[in-house]
Amino acid sequence: MTVAPGEPGALTPEESLLRDMARDFAERELAPGAAERDEAERFDRALFDRMGELGFTAAPFPESIGGAGFSYRAWTLAMEEVARADMAMAIALSVHVLSQYPVHTWGSDEQRARWLPAMLAGEALGAFALTEPHAGSDAAAIRTRATRVGPAAAPDGYRLDGTKSWISNAPEADRYLVFATLDPGLGRDGITAFLVEKGMPGFRPGRHERKMGIRACPASELIFEGCEVAVANRLGGEGEGYRIALSALGEGRISIAAACTGLAQAALEVGARYLTERVAFGVPLAEQQGLRFVLAEMAQQVAAARALTRAAAAAKDRGEPIAEASSLAKWTASDAAMRVTTDAVQLLGAAGYSRENPVERYMRDAKGAQIYEGTNQIHRLIVAEHVLARVSGS
Amino acid sequence: MRIVVLVKAVPIVGNERLGDGFRVDRGSGLEPNGNDEYVLEAALKLTEAHGGEVTLLTMGPAAAADALRKGLAMGATRAVHVSDEALAGSCARATAEVLAAALRRLEYDLAFAGADTSDGQGGIVAAAIAARLGLPYLSYAAHIEPGADGATVRVHRLSPAGYDVLEAPMPALVMGTQVLGEPRYPSLRGIMQARGKETLTWSLADLGIDPARVGAAAATTRVLTAAPPPPRAGATIIRDAPDVAVERIVDFLAARSLV
Repeated sequence: MTVAPGEPGALTPEESLLRDMARDFAERELAPGAAERDEAERFDRALFDRMGELGFTAAPFPESIGGAGFSYRAWTLAMEEVARADMAMAIALSVHVLSQYPVHTWGSDEQRARWLPAMLAGEALGAFALTEPHAGSDAAAIRTRATRVGPAAAPDGYRLDGTKSWISNAPEADRYLVFATLDPGLGRDGITAFLVEKGMPGFRPGRHERKMGIRACPASELIFEGCEVAVANRLGGEGEGYRIALSALGEGRISIAAACTGLAQAALEVGARYLTERVAFGVPLAEQQGLRFVLAEMAQQVAAARALTRAAAAAKDRGEPIAEASSLAKWTASDAAMRVTTDAVQLLGAAGYSRENPVERYMRDAKGAQIYEGTNQIHRLIVAEHVLARVSGS
Repeated sequence: MRIVVLVKAVPIVGNERLGDGFRVDRGSGLEPNGNDEYVLEAALKLTEAHGGEVTLLTMGPAAAADALRKGLAMGATRAVHVSDEALAGSCARATAEVLAAALRRLEYDLAFAGADTSDGQGGIVAAAIAARLGLPYLSYAAHIEPGADGATVRVHRLSPAGYDVLEAPMPALVMGTQVLGEPRYPSLRGIMQARGKETLTWSLADLGIDPARVGAAAATTRVLTAAPPPPRAGATIIRDAPDVAVERIVDFLAARSLV
């Protein structure tokens, strides 16, 4: 396969093999059932297990901790191919990887050894529990309380009370990274991160979220009612949760950007094929200059999304700050996915509007990405903040 | 059990181009021949079950390294790449001579080859190698297992009536079919581990072969002309709802007494 438009350079032999393998796997194993899983809102754990066996769940982590040892740039290649076949599975996988990052980065040796191996192997499914009914973009406003059990200076543990919402991979997930506040009055300085396992007393899933798109990626509320968590399950120090959450979101946004690129690529391919096959007024639609313009603009969007995604991933691989680059990539790629999938529905006309064809699903799957992992409005604020900081020299 | 798997690096199916003298362009974008992946899978399963190692053997240009890398990522232990500019344009006879010479330098119990290749489709190189080396040749294998005594190999060979069971002393050469079972995907860890695996590169001099015996000038066959197959005319594409489509397809087949 040749290098795709927007790809900033040649792939290494390993990246090339990974992309080809991911595409082969996604086309043969994920694509065939994607429409049925969407219709039934069914997460296929066996398929996820298979991705774990092949190492997708360990892709961007170092070999020294049991990861596959790929760069983040390579990870975006794999995400793109998974999403090209099945956006819902791509998001489930992205969330799973996102929920491991903070443990890898902030965890003690004991926590990493206890928590990560089963997740890297894909045997334990992960989830990231930050959002609440009253706290989405304003993550510092979370109300789920962590109350110290025992002496304040050296607590025996914490009791969690509150409700999380829109938690992707719940209730299927086995391991949850949960953010709670010791005192809402402290704002972001009160937020603390905890490792919570399925089945712990006082912790149960709530209402299933009935989504427009990525319906085969489960999401539900989580309800904590006096759920006791040992100190050993506190990730980082008290009050460090906000920083921990933000650090993981940077990586997550690049991953979402890659998935959106793959989704947009899929819509571009369906649209292009239809233009060559469908005849109207005696000629294939591809002979209509107006439709060629639409197709070219779709390709432009996909290439731009891919370029910004790889640029952000490469920045992460170089160890540079990724806040601005990941916001640019996520915002651009999710808008590109929305536009390209909408255009694909329009190109296909009635066929595009039909659930017999995949593009209406692509369009529904794209919308959420403009909202989750930071709304695209929040990303504008982040980018503006960086631009202004450069002007003022701070 | 030591198994050598013959792998041909072929152009990615669908991207084949012809160069000078109607020769398939193998300069870049190569992948392992599809049928060869099936015998590699069988070799990996056998060594996983009974111990041993798998060596990949290919003859091809520098770009063949990409195909070997995939085979190593799937789990092969090492690769041997016979590469020499004088080999360009070699015919099947010369290819068999070179690969037989390479096999003489390797220790093995079994050599595996796919049924044929997606570019040349001659399907004779494996048999020619077996003849040159005096090896038992077990063709069209649908199943391969070690014999009870550890010194023989037993295969199920596809036949019009089902299969024949063949047994031969090792070393032997087995030509396998896709009935052996789907090849695995290279795992992500396998892809990274392949970086550290050994690839030996042998030239004609290493094999003691006179360059005058191989290559285009020495070829015993010559492609006189080549042309793409004529476009298939008159295809009927049915895009109706499934129930109507099924009815139309059944009617179509029934009209031709095919159902």
